[in-house]
Amino acid sequence: MKSSVIVFPGSNCDRDIAVALQKMQFKNKMIWHKETSLPKSDLIVIPGGFSYGDYLRSGAIAGKSLIIDEVIKAANSGCLILGICNGFQILTETGMLKGTLLRNKNLKFINRNVNIRVMNNETRFTSKYKLNQVLNLNIAHNEGNYYTDSNHLDQLKKDNLIAFKYSDSSGNTDDKFNPNGAIENIAGIFNDKKNILGMMPHPERMVDELISNSDGINLFSSLLD
Amino acid sequence: MKFSVTVTLKKNVLDPQGKVVENTLKNLGMLNLKSIRQGKFFEIEIEEENIDIAKKKVNEMCNKLLVNLIIEDYKIDIVK
Repeated sequence: MKSSVIVFPGSNCDRDIAVALQKMQFKNKMIWHKETSLPKSDLIVIPGGFSYGDYLRSGAIAGKSLIIDEVIKAANSGCLILGICNGFQILTETGMLKGTLLRNKNLKFINRNVNIRVMNNETRFTSKYKLNQVLNLNIAHNEGNYYTDSNHLDQLKKDNLIAFKYSDSSGNTDDKFNPNGAIENIAGIFNDKKNILGMMPHPERMVDELISNSDGINLFSSLLD
Repeated sequence: MKFSVTVTLKKNVLDPQGKVVENTLKNLGMLNLKSIRQGKFFEIEIEEENIDIAKKKVNEMCNKLLVNLIIEDYKIDIVK
């Protein structure tokens, strides 16, 4: 399985995702944002960080990079796209995923481990998880407050496009387990073809028991199937 | 020509920064303060004397980059 990680000025989770992908036996390449072609990839990852210092809006400037046209083309031909944290913000800015990520409701940068519940395990990204399984993943963001209009929210629910919701350790998705104010506790969503996943939590930080836990591993092993 | 673009959050979008500023001003004794919404302001100068073409160009800038139309509204004013 071949993967490409897009690197922007200000990306800071690019090395972490590369280590995770290599650990899972992906043949990975790092691609600088000024490139105008992509190597043949089964998976493209837009990593976390603070591309362009979050100028204008998080992900807004990176979303207009040269390489993004190629990412859009690849996505349209069915390539799997994973956007994590700033990568999720960039995907919404390009329009590849609908909605947007607002400032956290409490106005604070949040860096802690949270529980998220798997809402759909019948996708290329989540098939190795059990439905409603609770994962403990790290979040580290200032703009993670997912927002979308009511029509799109209805579509997300109707078409089962919500990937993960913030929850407690038993999977309750009450508002009190919502760290950032995201609409309906949404932590990650798919596009309608389910070949694009955007998520705020960091699965690549959870692939090694020695430094965290292994809850992120099955996301990558799902992709390998 | 010079333009100014004011970008504000749509009415139904929560503005936590504006709320904090509002509460702080109330704490400073501004008791008749009703509400505050925080936004962004751009000063744009473009080399085009035809007002319609220039305004169209600024509008395009707003749609392509400056404004996130899902959550923000904008207003273009001519400065000179």
